[in-house]
Amino acid sequence: MSDRVHAIETRLRQTLRPEAMEVHDESAAHAGHAGAASGGGHFAVTIVAAAFSGQDAVARHRMIYEALADMRQEIHALSIRALAPDEL
Amino acid sequence: MDVTEKIKQQITSHSIVLYMKGTPQFPQCGFSGKSVQMLKACGAQFESVDVLADPEIREGIKRFSNWPTVPQLYVRGEFIGGCDIMTELYQKGELQRIVSGNTVK
Repeated sequence: MSDRVHAIETRLRQTLRPEAMEVHDESAAHAGHAGAASGGGHFAVTIVAAAFSGQDAVARHRMIYEALADMRQEIHALSIRALAPDEL
Repeated sequence: MDVTEKIKQQITSHSIVLYMKGTPQFPQCGFSGKSVQMLKACGAQFESVDVLADPEIREGIKRFSNWPTVPQLYVRGEFIGGCDIMTELYQKGELQRIVSGNTVK
C-alpha cells in the first residue's frame, strides 16, 4: 500500500468513522498526462459512513475534501463514491 | 469586475455552465471530457469555461463553489457537482431531468 493511500485512509477514518472504505491509487493509469506532472496522484475512494446519512452528494464530497484538505498538493484527482450504510 | 462578479455573471447569463479544463472539442483532462460527454448525451446546450485559459477563474471558481476540483457544473445558477456527482445523477436519469429543466426536488 502506498504511503499516500495510507495517509488518505487515516484522515478519512479519523474524521468520518467509516463502516467500510476502499482507497485505490490509480496514478499509474494517468502517468505522463499534463496534470500528473505536478506530482499529485490520482485516487479513487469508496466509503460508507453513517455521517453521510441525510446529506446530499455535494455535502458528502465536501466532507471528504475537507478531511483531506492538507493533502491538496499530493492529490491531483480524487474520484469519490460516498454512501450511507442504508444505501449499500 | 472582480472574479466573483465575473463568475456570478457567467452562471446567471447561461442556464448551463461547465467549468472545465480545455474545451468540449479538446478536453485537457479525462474528468472534463467525461462531463462533456454526459451533457451531450443528455442533449444539453451548455456554455463551457476553460479554466486553463484563465488562472483567476481557475482559482476563483474553487473558492466560489467551496469545491477544490474542476470540472464543476452549474445549472440555473446552482452548483450541481463535479464529474462523480454528474455520473451518479446521469446513471439515475436525474441529470437528464436537471438539464432539461424538469427537476424533481
